[in-house]
Amino acid sequence: MSNLVEIRNLQFHYGERPILSALEMDFPRGKVIAVMGGSGSGKTTILRLIGGQLQAQDGTIKVGDEFVDPQRSDDLYRLRRKMGMLFQHGALFTDMSVFDNVAFPLREHTDLSEQMIRDLVLMKLHAVGLRNAAALKPAEISGGMARRVALARAIALDPELIMYDEPFAGLDPISMGMTANLIRKLNDALGSTSILVSHDVHESFSIADYVYFLSSGAIVARGTPAEMMASTHPYVRQFVDAAPEGPVPFHYPGASLAEDLGLEVRS
Amino acid sequence: MIATFLRAIGRPVRQWLDNVGFATRIFFAILRASGGLWRRFRLVSTQIHFIGNYSLLLIAVAGLFVGFVLGLQGYYTLNKYGSEQALGLLVALSLTRELGPVVTALLFAGRAGTSLTAEIGLMKAGEQLAAMEMMAVDPLQRILAPRFWAGVIAMPLLAAIFSAVGIIGGYIVGVQMIGVDEGAFWSQMQGGVDVWNDILNGVLKSVVFGFAVTFIALYQGYQAQPTPEGVARATTRTVVMASLTVLGLDFLLTALMFS
Repeated sequence: MSNLVEIRNLQFHYGERPILSALEMDFPRGKVIAVMGGSGSGKTTILRLIGGQLQAQDGTIKVGDEFVDPQRSDDLYRLRRKMGMLFQHGALFTDMSVFDNVAFPLREHTDLSEQMIRDLVLMKLHAVGLRNAAALKPAEISGGMARRVALARAIALDPELIMYDEPFAGLDPISMGMTANLIRKLNDALGSTSILVSHDVHESFSIADYVYFLSSGAIVARGTPAEMMASTHPYVRQFVDAAPEGPVPFHYPGASLAEDLGLEVRS
Repeated sequence: MIATFLRAIGRPVRQWLDNVGFATRIFFAILRASGGLWRRFRLVSTQIHFIGNYSLLLIAVAGLFVGFVLGLQGYYTLNKYGSEQALGLLVALSLTRELGPVVTALLFAGRAGTSLTAEIGLMKAGEQLAAMEMMAVDPLQRILAPRFWAGVIAMPLLAAIFSAVGIIGGYIVGVQMIGVDEGAFWSQMQGGVDVWNDILNGVLKSVVFGFAVTFIALYQGYQAQPTPEGVARATTRTVVMASLTVLGLDFLLTALMFS
């Protein structure tokens, strides 16, 4: 199966601080791929690089047949029409109703009649279970509902690639299960490819076809969810078992407490 | 010693040049993004309503009070020379040439400018601008350009209203309350105010102030740090920078127009 997204030798750093180094990733068409790792491991940065919101210092990202190049804004905007992105907190337009939020990409990019747009929006909202909330404002709905509205907006133009940035963060178990189910169902129904950035092991493993584990900007493990569950890699084990001890230290690296307190360490 | 001194002044100078360069880029990007706006004028008219109409009451009330004060102060001064008949001319010239455009721009910066900065800054903090970019919609075209042109269009209209209400204020105090001759008040004004030199130059000033204040407000919002503190700082910068820019530009324009 061909890849929709290919990342080759990607390097990215903020100033002197390296974020991603020599990254190689493939995202096959039609699959749900989870990118997992702790906070600050560079997961969201990967999504922003694929979307062209950040520019890598080295390496390439290919979506379909085109390379992502933030310098060429016309090409980038054309490429983004094939993408949908769900932001961590939904990023709904607060001055618009739920209906208008979902209608926004349709009104901006198509010449469809208002009647046609209405039907499409109601269908998208129906798919996420919020058809009857169409008239509400974002301030009148819960965080989980906002995430589902944002999902309906992200799929409004039936994108080839859907990116999810921490879709389960801050949700109650019911909303979490609903969202996970929706991601899988919508991916299969639309025939799109989904990249799921998350640190929620249970929900991600339940819907992903393939998983990348990221630590300090590099891939440390990869495989199917079953392979990851059986992995003996110390980082994967610590992550999957939610163990407090392991390769990920509790303390931010730097001077020791003894050094900071001016104490001599006994030999 | 010299190297330390050069480093100390070099950093802020470079930062300032960076800011000026970025602001210039954004300004031209907004102008470039304005091309297709006339086909979707509803985006502009909505913003004219939002930032213009909502400033109307403030502008009208401020204009009335400024007119009252001009009527009083003008009468006290002119009365010393027995020229109180010229009160209408003094009020009209003060308002159309200076106070109308300048005070309107200062009030506009405080009322609409801060609201624009906070709106754009909060959209940025809430990732709404990033979401728009990811939907292949340019925020400069969809959000900033309509607001920019709305500000440019609204400013001279508001300044005209300010001046008109101010003249009425001057009339109420000068003619109705103090007793200056009504015929002299209006005829002096009619004879002394020149449409091209006085009124149009005032309109031109307010258009320039519209460009400056609206751009400063939008730019400050667009480049604000996406945090509550960042948005608060950007809002403050809008008022300070816009006010100083208006006063500085007023001096330059006055020197050019009326010298």
